[in-house]
Amino acid sequence: MKNHTDVLIFHTQICAGASQICLMADANLIFASAPSRKRSGMEIRMKQKQKAVVLSQREAAPQIYDMWIGTDLAAQAMPGQFLCIYPRDKSTLLPRPISICEVREDRKALRIVYRVAGRGTGEFSQYRAGDAIDIMGTLGNGFPLEEAAGRKAFLMGGGIGVPPVLQLAKELDGEKQIVVGYRDGHTFLREDLEKYGSVYIATEDGSAGTKGNVMDAIAENGLEADIIYACGPMPMLRAIKAYAAEHHIKAYISLEEHMACGVGACLGCVVKTRETDSHSHVNNARICTEGPVFEAGEVEI
Amino acid sequence: MNTQTTIAGITFKNPVMTASGTFGSGMEYSEFVDLNQLGAVVTKGVANVPWPGNPTPRVAEVYGGMLNAIGLQNPGIDVLMERDIPFLKQFDTKIIVNVCGKTVEDYVEVVERLGEEPAVAMLEINVSCPNVKEGAIAFGQKADALFHITEEIKKRARQPVIMKLSPNVTDITEMARAAEAGGADALSMINTITGMKIDIHRRKFALANKTGGMSGPAIKPVAVRMVYQAAQTVKIPIIGMGGIASGEDAIEFILAGASAVSIGAMNFANPYTTAEVVRGIEEYMERYHVENLTDLIGAATA
Repeated sequence: MKNHTDVLIFHTQICAGASQICLMADANLIFASAPSRKRSGMEIRMKQKQKAVVLSQREAAPQIYDMWIGTDLAAQAMPGQFLCIYPRDKSTLLPRPISICEVREDRKALRIVYRVAGRGTGEFSQYRAGDAIDIMGTLGNGFPLEEAAGRKAFLMGGGIGVPPVLQLAKELDGEKQIVVGYRDGHTFLREDLEKYGSVYIATEDGSAGTKGNVMDAIAENGLEADIIYACGPMPMLRAIKAYAAEHHIKAYISLEEHMACGVGACLGCVVKTRETDSHSHVNNARICTEGPVFEAGEVEI
Repeated sequence: MNTQTTIAGITFKNPVMTASGTFGSGMEYSEFVDLNQLGAVVTKGVANVPWPGNPTPRVAEVYGGMLNAIGLQNPGIDVLMERDIPFLKQFDTKIIVNVCGKTVEDYVEVVERLGEEPAVAMLEINVSCPNVKEGAIAFGQKADALFHITEEIKKRARQPVIMKLSPNVTDITEMARAAEAGGADALSMINTITGMKIDIHRRKFALANKTGGMSGPAIKPVAVRMVYQAAQTVKIPIIGMGGIASGEDAIEFILAGASAVSIGAMNFANPYTTAEVVRGIEEYMERYHVENLTDLIGAATA
């Protein structure tokens, strides 16, 4: 189900392979439900919609674009969080949720790597250095980095779910085994990832690394871990959830769903949860706000 | 310049409200917009007990708009009373609570609970959600059912009652008349227009519910027309909505006969829309030297 439409974009580019979509979804529960987040002792700032500037853009693989955006939102960005990007084309009402791939060292720029899936992302792919870009961020909870302390981790990404793994790999402490899956030999971000851990590749067509998916790569290389962080298409996340349960380890998975508002108001992007959550009072958490990262055992996928 | 508008004896500082379901209970968008600037916050529909809503996907984009089939997921009246109303009370804006239910008794139960809370200025009764199987829309598409539920709610309500009308009817004036005859203090319109989208690549419905309610700028002309027709038919005031993106759009609804307007799907396209509409209305009034906003209500001529 890789992105046939932009709306998919919505959901998928937050994490996975699927599409990039999100009608984005849902809001500020920073004070209500999101765990308190701090970076360098600075309390996270409010969400903001702003006009930012494209610093550079290139095609990283067929239909996959790699863009750097100059924005002060970089100061608060956490691995696993996402941006909503608003097309200028007024026929496209909704922002496109796209995961943050990398934060520049000076924390004044963010990198996104996204797949063109429809009119919105098609428009973004035409942007050039110096163009304005309407973004909102930073959104979502991000990956819990502290859980990896003293543990051996799998950092797993599939398809357009690979990009958020990069900033995660940069910030996570400990032993990192980065396992990423692609459709074919266009293994975008591979060189970047190799700087931060041992990288294992799987491709559907066998043109690079293990032929098959990320689970096949784990088996073929005889890898083991005490904790998993992952972003990718739903079949991959289901396999990871089953693997984590079987091995009695925790897996933090980044989910995607079509979103509208992106800030928690519309209730478009929910996932069924094991427990009733404190916001909805039913078994539905908002992927844009309580997520997109959930411990696999907490959600029904 | 006076931007005030009065509905059922309640005076609002300006005519700009939020459309139910697009703004939560205000908390999410309070990060972007100063709620003190708004005429009113209209909450997401609330039932007597928590509702889980529909399966996902619940939303899809369409040309110039979107479809949703959230299915009225809500945490129930207890949570609204304990969490959301106290939050909204911090702001100098009117609180309007949207009420949903499956049976007349469900609605009445919520209406009676809200009667205990003087901070709630008005009630908006959702008899027009196209996305739930029972209740709701069943009351909103037949004139006699609408008359009946309006009458039952009015017997128990302590606050003025707004009936929110569905556009998915043959004759909107018949529905407007039924609500007025049942004792409604005001009407709000339009709820979403039932639509469908199919993903031709996957050959699947875009929404799990198959059908969803369409909103956004693409529906605005339909909404303006219906507000006009209803305003020509009934004496009670109307809150107009449907794709409003700017002060100009809001003025168009007011000229068609609306006493106030609500911002819905455009909050998603731009979280600052409500505040921008307030400013846009003021700019229009300045430009055309309009002393009182109320002078514009229904002022369009042939």
